[in-house]
Amino acid sequence: MQLEPSYFTILSAILFCTGLLGIFLNRRSIIIILMSIEILLLSVNINLVAFSNFHGNLQGQIFTMFVLTVAAAEAAIGLAIIVIFFRNRGSIEVEDAEQLKG
Amino acid sequence: MNVFFILFSSITVLSSVAVISSRNPVHSVFFLILAFVNSAGIFVLAGAEFLAMILLIVYVGAVAVLFLFVVMMLNIGVDEIKVQAKKYMFSGFLVALILLLELIFSFSNLDVIYQTSNSNFNKLSNTHEIGKVLYTEYFLPFQIAGCILLVAMLGAIILTLRKREGVLRQNITEQVSREKKDSIEIIKVGKE
Repeated sequence: MQLEPSYFTILSAILFCTGLLGIFLNRRSIIIILMSIEILLLSVNINLVAFSNFHGNLQGQIFTMFVLTVAAAEAAIGLAIIVIFFRNRGSIEVEDAEQLKG
Repeated sequence: MNVFFILFSSITVLSSVAVISSRNPVHSVFFLILAFVNSAGIFVLAGAEFLAMILLIVYVGAVAVLFLFVVMMLNIGVDEIKVQAKKYMFSGFLVALILLLELIFSFSNLDVIYQTSNSNFNKLSNTHEIGKVLYTEYFLPFQIAGCILLVAMLGAIILTLRKREGVLRQNITEQVSREKKDSIEIIKVGKE
């Protein structure tokens, strides 16, 4: 059976909304927010790969590779920031990040 | 519909829901790994074998293990009952639901133009194709991606480096710039 493009797009829409909901619901720990951002990027990647396949050119897959690169860099920097935040404040709750009065 | 697609996509969605809803961050990381493995399966179904392997190596091998390491190192423990979450529950569900309906509506009415695929698109393997395009047409972005990774690595090291009192550190410039006349002293030993 042939896979329709709409299957991939609907899957990625569901994943994107799950990640977005994760950012809203987990206001306590930053680390779960980072994981939600990873889920968002994953859903975007699924879209790019699916359309790359259905259009028959490779630009989507190349772009997915760059998205993966940036996601890895973002995870490394984010986790380093979490580590020094924990070292200074003793917790990683979002509510504790109040020094900038944001 | 392909039975593998149903399997992979349902496990991906369920485990990503488990990522955002589990109390213990370690469980969240495990479900994140499950979601990535299953979406690698979806990538294979979409014809991108190379990216599926990259997803396994980069995410499951590096990023998820990094998450796990940080979660275990920080010793956060099980979250208490999320009193705080109730405040944002309604607005979060509203935004996510509206966005989901919009996306599904727009995607299900989508007429994807099936272009005739390139003549050699399916003859070579996926990895071969990506290699041919990546090192010629996308050479400059490829280099920039490498620079991004380098900057991220340096940034992570510099952020987490800390100087503590009482810990002996190696001073490389001091070691390298030692001269013979500073460190060797010739002492005349007299006869007794």
